Amino acid sequence: MNTFLQLLVNGLGKGAVYALLALGFVIIFKATEVVNFAHGSLVLIGGYLVYELKDSLGWVLAAVIGIVGAALAALLIERVLLRNARSADHNSLALLTIGIDVIITEEVVRRVGADIPFIGDPYDSQPIQIGDLTVFRTQAIALVVGAVLIAAFLLTFRYSNWGVAMRAQAENREAAALMGINSSRVTATAWLVAGALAGVAVLFMATQDFSGAGLGRGTHAIALIAFPAAILGGLDSTEGAVVGGIVVGLTEALSAQYISFEFSKSAVFLVMLVVLVIRPSGLFGTKELSRV
Amino acid sequence: MSETLTPPATPTTTPPPAPASTPGRNWLKIVATAVFLVVLLLLPVIVGNGGVAYLKLAQYILIGAVGGIGLTLLVGQAGQLSLAHPFFLLVGAVGYAVLAGDPEESDDLVGLGLPPLVAVIGAIVLCGLVGLAFAPVAGRLRGIYLGVASLSLVFLGLWLGQSLDMFSGGTSSGRNAPVFALFGFEFANSTPAPTIAGVAIQKQQRLWYLFLAFALMSYFLARGAVNSRIGRSWRAVRDNEAAATSMGVHVTRVKAGAFVISSAFAGLAGVMTALWLDLVKPDENEFTGTYSLTVAIAFLAVVIIGGLGSVPGAVVGATLVFGLQQFFLLGSQQFGWFADAQFGGFSAVVVSAFVYGSAIVLVILFEPGGMAAIGRRLLGRRRSPDVPSTDDGGRTTPREDRS
Repeated sequence: MNTFLQLLVNGLGKGAVYALLALGFVIIFKATEVVNFAHGSLVLIGGYLVYELKDSLGWVLAAVIGIVGAALAALLIERVLLRNARSADHNSLALLTIGIDVIITEEVVRRVGADIPFIGDPYDSQPIQIGDLTVFRTQAIALVVGAVLIAAFLLTFRYSNWGVAMRAQAENREAAALMGINSSRVTATAWLVAGALAGVAVLFMATQDFSGAGLGRGTHAIALIAFPAAILGGLDSTEGAVVGGIVVGLTEALSAQYISFEFSKSAVFLVMLVVLVIRPSGLFGTKELSRV
Repeated sequence: MSETLTPPATPTTTPPPAPASTPGRNWLKIVATAVFLVVLLLLPVIVGNGGVAYLKLAQYILIGAVGGIGLTLLVGQAGQLSLAHPFFLLVGAVGYAVLAGDPEESDDLVGLGLPPLVAVIGAIVLCGLVGLAFAPVAGRLRGIYLGVASLSLVFLGLWLGQSLDMFSGGTSSGRNAPVFALFGFEFANSTPAPTIAGVAIQKQQRLWYLFLAFALMSYFLARGAVNSRIGRSWRAVRDNEAAATSMGVHVTRVKAGAFVISSAFAGLAGVMTALWLDLVKPDENEFTGTYSLTVAIAFLAVVIIGGLGSVPGAVVGATLVFGLQQFFLLGSQQFGWFADAQFGGFSAVVVSAFVYGSAIVLVILFEPGGMAAIGRRLLGRRRSPDVPSTDDGGRTTPREDRS
């Protein structure tokens, strides 16, 4: 029972991090209909800044710079590359982000080199003991931070002007533009927010507790697991991203314990396959209708 | 991926009539093709016995070409995004090793000891069947959903390869790739070896001819499929499923068929990989290795750079992506390039990733039709029927009631 409770907390903590990443996919997809394959490299940029700066500036400042850096990198990708590929449709743009991802990932992995550092200094490898229960501090903090950020995001998305503009644009781009919504600004903020969320997520991902693997190719691969999370929930649903993230986190934690560690990643994808076969647009995604 | 990468056709301006193809140009094309084929046939003689490394490079390009052709049919012609190519490569490689493997080789390994040619065909058929098994999923999903769903096969392959040691040989040692033989003629070193113009035709030279035969066969089969009823039904499904249905195209069957055929090509590429490496060995992790996500992206790069849906484009793309990677590796081994690159330096892999990563970006920014479009422009031809030619300028399936 205790093992199960521990797994539950760990799984939820991981789920919160996956949800942050999946939210990033979903925001970008809603605003632009582009699937951002470069999300994993945004994660790496944030992590790399933290790794470079935490010794000289202190962890907190480095973390802030990392988050801002990831957000700016996302903005840069959108402004410099995607905006200038007007002739291409959104599927080609998705492929374009694969190219960006290859370059950034290779560069960051090369720079980090053999270090493969852990970057969660304040909380990593300091388990919390509650009675007989041992909980990873990283996952516990991730759960709290994730819950706060997700709640803040969902509220903003629902009530702020930005949220309304964003939803209007997702609904109908032309009509939104006619209503005076600045499409370019909405798109830019979507990328900024997604990048920032990726920057937050990496603070928990490249830790001993979360994956046992430091910043490097492994981190990039973990970011990839946020894909099934976003798809499972439905690519155009923010709530779906949160649910998807939690499902993925729990699946991973439980299957790693009860089946085998090697199987846990396949388990995530198998769960996604089952969901997709039953609901091809994910749990909360909008069904695609064809007009004849 | 129901839309294509070509810019929307403007319906108001009719394209200028095609320049009448002059007989001179036709002759030029035939002569150029013939010269190219002769060069390919004589490549082992040109590089000589000392240049086996170059021959390995060329063999590797052919692997990329065969796999790339399979993927371009699926992604470009049938409009179904797939990242599962490395999985089918793995199935093909392991399938060949199991079918042709010597039963006496080891107690821990399954080997059926079939003749190698039968094993190759068996491995290809096996891949087709596995592709068919995925068809119920592929038939229900579209675009990016299908892409990520197909990604799950790569993870599944990783896990199966690690856990089914008796087939795959396990991650630590792997298993030998059975020597290919045709009617008693072994594709291995022998003494005395036959010679062409003084160059001994040993294992690598023989494999080159084998790979060339595989690649040419794949090329012409794919061109045939594209120009036939099958290709037309793929493009109909890609451009508009509803319209295709009303024209009498069985959409689910066509989609499944595209997946089966593409997987079969990947299976052949897998057999070639096994022969090329002389080893069948599943990966230890999902991001680097012979059957990993990196390879999935490399194949996608082949297809994008070549121009989605273009068979000759896939060959050019393979030359760029697979060729450059081996070229840089060769440079680092033979000429000491990147010698100062320890771990974390500009190694051959990093440099080639930079090159093809930026090639993807540049192609989509400036020439969404890829090398195929550039080639057409150079040759002064209008679009040929085997390349995506229609795009209604928007999604074929409008999303309504989005919240």
